[in-house]
Amino acid sequence: MDTGLLIEKIVLIVLLFAVSLGVAAYLTLLERKVAAWMQDRIGPDRAGKWGLLQPLADGGKLFFKEDFIPANADRFLFIIGPGLAMGFAMMTSAVIPWGPNIQAFGRDIALQVADVNIGILYIMALSSVAVYGIMIGGWASNNKYSLFSAIRASSQMISYELAMGIAIITVVLMSGSLSLREIVDAQHGFWNDGYFTWNFFKQPIGFIVFFVCTVAELNRAPFDMAECESELITGHHTEYGSMKMGFFLFAEYVHLFIGSAVISALYFGGYNFPFMDYFSGNTLAILGVLAFFVKTGFFIFVIMWIRWTLPRFRYDQLMGLGWKKLIPISIVNMVITAVAVAFASGWFSTDKKDQTEPASAKMEVVADKQKLTLNQSTIKH
Amino acid sequence: MSSIEIIALALGALTIASALMVVLSMHPVRSVLYLILTFFLISANYVLLNAQFLAIVNIVVYAGAIMVLFLFVLMLLNLSKDNEPRASNIMKLAASLAAGALVIVLVAALKDAIYLPVVENVQGNSQGLVENLGQLLFTKYVLPFETSSVLFIAAMVGAVLLSKKEKQIID
Amino acid sequence: MLRSANFVGLLYLNLMSDVQDYIPIVLQSLVVLAFVVGTLVFAPKLGPKLSSAKKDANWECGIEADGNARFPISVRYFVIAILFVLFDVEVIFFYPYAVNFQALQLEGLMAVLIFVGFFLTGFIYVLKKGALEWEK
Repeated sequence: MDTGLLIEKIVLIVLLFAVSLGVAAYLTLLERKVAAWMQDRIGPDRAGKWGLLQPLADGGKLFFKEDFIPANADRFLFIIGPGLAMGFAMMTSAVIPWGPNIQAFGRDIALQVADVNIGILYIMALSSVAVYGIMIGGWASNNKYSLFSAIRASSQMISYELAMGIAIITVVLMSGSLSLREIVDAQHGFWNDGYFTWNFFKQPIGFIVFFVCTVAELNRAPFDMAECESELITGHHTEYGSMKMGFFLFAEYVHLFIGSAVISALYFGGYNFPFMDYFSGNTLAILGVLAFFVKTGFFIFVIMWIRWTLPRFRYDQLMGLGWKKLIPISIVNMVITAVAVAFASGWFSTDKKDQTEPASAKMEVVADKQKLTLNQSTIKH
Repeated sequence: MSSIEIIALALGALTIASALMVVLSMHPVRSVLYLILTFFLISANYVLLNAQFLAIVNIVVYAGAIMVLFLFVLMLLNLSKDNEPRASNIMKLAASLAAGALVIVLVAALKDAIYLPVVENVQGNSQGLVENLGQLLFTKYVLPFETSSVLFIAAMVGAVLLSKKEKQIID
Repeated sequence: MLRSANFVGLLYLNLMSDVQDYIPIVLQSLVVLAFVVGTLVFAPKLGPKLSSAKKDANWECGIEADGNARFPISVRYFVIAILFVLFDVEVIFFYPYAVNFQALQLEGLMAVLIFVGFFLTGFIYVLKKGALEWEK
């Protein structure tokens, strides 16, 4: 790694940062437009054409509002809460591969901030620590409604994380890697060997479980127990105003954007699209990024559509769905997938001759890799 | 001193500082926040030692799950200012004596480990990568792996007992 | 400026390839930290500042607040959190297996099926004992 690569990564990080914020800002407009469309209204249309300047107006308003802290709140934690929510939301995008490598300035640039080999677990980890923003913020407000919201939301988020984790395992099982880049590359193109390559067509049940869990993790209707306008008066951010509340709202939309991107990367091929082998180089890269954003946009729309269609769950129904339905379904799905793949690979056949021995082959590869890294380190010293 | 050693030392100092803040902070919820920060820093240490899977599991399980449990416990307790337990001076003295004794025991136990070269040898080692870890876990250490699941069932029995107890109170 | 960039570049060279992958994540966290801290520090200075006893009170549907929000919550949530920790650790165990699925062959599959058996035993026990029943 050299200075050029470092500059490239910094440019990518800043770009991704700007895109996440911009997309989140315009998702607030999109949400209001979608809601208006579904309820046969017009929606925001005063600021700019079709209300296109509305997010800027909203953002500006939030910046210049009074920063309110209740007298009996815990001041330090009250300020930290929204910071945690926003910070964790903005960190999740680091491991998502946004497109095939692009050639520019004589370099081969990967459109991914960090290709770590535990990528999908990184997303799991960040979605599991995302509860702290709501929890700390709700508790610090010293408001009973906020406290209920904080506890309900965190309990809900940890419950759905389990089923989500098991659903991801089936995807990992089929692609053999935790790296998101490799999971996406394993779904190359659209059609191969007489079947679809995208994980959705191989794992429809896993997809449904993952999708439901994502909506629950995002705290969006019908799982919006954290906000619950009609009973908890918007819950954990009741006492917040100014940019602190802006952070909670923004974090929600950044999560919506990244969550949809993860769904399309894991189950809908990410930047892969049909007939992609006819293109190459930068054309492929640009079309790939476009395909990825189209898929992400589609899921954002579906999640909004669900919000404006379904009523909210009751809390015991919500916990019942997470624990008693999704966990058993996903674990049975995992076992069936493992056994089916094993059966297809002929592990159960008594005729040992047919079997190749990938176990020893893999061991050799690992040993070679170790040798290689050892050599590198001896050269360096 | 190579740059990796400098990074390791700086990271170690940060980790110890945030761990100290956990015990020095007077407010229990802030202590939990510092503990979460400490877990993140420990994960960074794991990454430096090339134990990536352990690093991320540390965040998922400790920072993501066990700390939520801690916060629930804090919220389960009554944290009002008026019924805060007040420690007398004798209690404080006894506590510092006990803690000091623990430090001596820990230092005595770890004094051999301190002189081991920490960073250099581990760098070429890819044992902590998830592939190699899985290979070991499901071949050499498969029995402890299975036994751990029995441990989980035992813990579940405990948790279920907890929930039974509350019912009696309600009745 | 250039010299400091070179220094960071040298740092890169000395780290191993796997650890290098994490440097962009550290950079991103620094950018995010700067943004979040900057906004939290400067945004409050832009708005007006007015305070009075009534205004600074908590807002609980317009009714005067009775006591504060520091009271014990239901033990149910606590049980859910314990069960989550237990099952989460069990789920984490499946990840190294899923990565090595093809390499471990039948022995690995059998080991995991036994583990899933234990998992389901615990799960059904919890279910039958009614620890997940929200209200009775």
